[in-house]
Amino acid sequence: MKVRQVSVFLENKSGRLYEVCKCLADAGINIRALAIAETADYGVLRLIVNDPDTAVRVLTQENFTVSETEVIAVEVPDRPGGLAGVLAPLYDANVNIEYLYCFVEKSGESAIVVFRVEQIDRAIQALQGSGFTVMREEDVYRI
Amino acid sequence: MEYFNPAEVLERERLEELQLQRLRETVDRLYEKVPFYRKKLDEVGFKPGDIHDLSDLQKLPFTTKDDLRDHYPFGLFAVPMRDIVRIHASSGTTGKPTVVGYTANDIRVWADLVARTIVAAGGTPDDIVHVAYGYGLFTGGLGLHYGAEMLGATALPMSGGNTKRQIRLMVDFGSTILCCTPSYALNIAEVMREMGVSREMIKLKAGILGAEPWTDEMRVQIEEELGISAHDIYGLSEVVGPGVSIECGEKNGLHVFEDCFIPEIIDPDTGETLPPGQRGELVFTNINKEGLALLRYRTRDISALDVSPCPCGRTHVRMKRITGRTDDMLIIRGVNVFPSQVEAVLMQIPGLSPHYQLVVDRVENLDVLEVQVEVSPQVFSDEIKRLEELERRIAEEVRSYLGLSVKVRLMEPRSIQRSEGKAVRVIDRRKM
Repeated sequence: MKVRQVSVFLENKSGRLYEVCKCLADAGINIRALAIAETADYGVLRLIVNDPDTAVRVLTQENFTVSETEVIAVEVPDRPGGLAGVLAPLYDANVNIEYLYCFVEKSGESAIVVFRVEQIDRAIQALQGSGFTVMREEDVYRI
Repeated sequence: MEYFNPAEVLERERLEELQLQRLRETVDRLYEKVPFYRKKLDEVGFKPGDIHDLSDLQKLPFTTKDDLRDHYPFGLFAVPMRDIVRIHASSGTTGKPTVVGYTANDIRVWADLVARTIVAAGGTPDDIVHVAYGYGLFTGGLGLHYGAEMLGATALPMSGGNTKRQIRLMVDFGSTILCCTPSYALNIAEVMREMGVSREMIKLKAGILGAEPWTDEMRVQIEEELGISAHDIYGLSEVVGPGVSIECGEKNGLHVFEDCFIPEIIDPDTGETLPPGQRGELVFTNINKEGLALLRYRTRDISALDVSPCPCGRTHVRMKRITGRTDDMLIIRGVNVFPSQVEAVLMQIPGLSPHYQLVVDRVENLDVLEVQVEVSPQVFSDEIKRLEELERRIAEEVRSYLGLSVKVRLMEPRSIQRSEGKAVRVIDRRKM
């Protein structure tokens, strides 16, 4: 139920994002979803990839600072109110969301929301209890 | 007033007699009272009474900042603690600060020296002396304060910071002499413009500016913007604090008050004394101090001595404006910083890599220090707030340790240049 997100520290320098992506491309890694959080001086690139182990290995080899974090991916109907609907059970369960990002599934019928929360097990329980599909790791990597 | 103390215009011959007598007394006293000096003097075969000539000074051993550190805190004091009435301290090269102690008489002599500097800058008992140097362990604030009082002027103990309030009181009280770092003087001028305070609205006539290196270009700018005569003051806490030397109205070198300190210029590599005019490391010997008197203290500051007579009438030798250091010490907003101190702070934070760099720049006339630290996997987090917490923590540790606010910038691993030999720890972008 938990998905591994690969995070990379990036200085605000031209070409750095390209270099990360090139490094992953050379290793044949497919990026499923990504988000960047930025400050004035640096950014944190957050990635869901098809093969986190290889991604971490090749990025570390290239001297990037990398960390792995557990996140959850939830399928949400792609219509108005879809996100609000999935946030309600988390709010009710008193789960703190650190950040989230979304991508749309290939079929286009549903969106996938990636959550980084403080209380991951409680979040999974709350979402499943409300009938949401918390995606399995291998399914996310295969999207 | 042309000078404050008649000693400033003593004939050279008489001045040198006084120096010889005081040097002899100092050496004999240190031999008797300070085990460190007894050992050092014994090592070179020196006995009390061996000073016959001022040139005998060159036979004496040097004293370094490390010697002060090794005898932290009070080990080099030449009087019992009950005779010490004041302590000051400055940064040491590593964890321990450099501690100095003053007897009641030392405080009087020091105040007299600072009064001389105020007079050399055109001050009189009618002046209001606006002291914007920091008050505290740093010698700047209290040093100028006591000097202003000794002169009979009005001391205004502003200390540093809160620039708008400084300017309001400068206008309301009619401050006539400003004492601060040269970069802070420029900062004050800039904030005055922002506040709509013109130079006609203030009564400043002179600036006694020091505690950091500056240039003639800066002097021109400060004099124009504040409408003052700007004088370079020099001093270091180990020797006494501000008041070791000052520029007179000629502004062609700083008169070293030779009745209290004997200056020398040495070759920093060989330790050999260099003739007047040659550039080298400035060395001072205290000859009129009780609490902590140092023999041939190596300042690490680079200067040269000018023995030609000065039209101002002062007979004391002039030292050139400081042009650099023989070590890696940085002076930032008047605070002495050694890269090794920052390193010690970083090493206390688990997970930080030993790769760091200090970038010094002057932004809007204020020195800023940026500490660049590489982010190791141990401290990296996918959450920005954790990274920001790390930045804050580093800044806070550096601030509490060095008394200096810094900007912390997190860097990617290996982005700080590795060098083959000695790491390049400091990039100084200030134009000196």
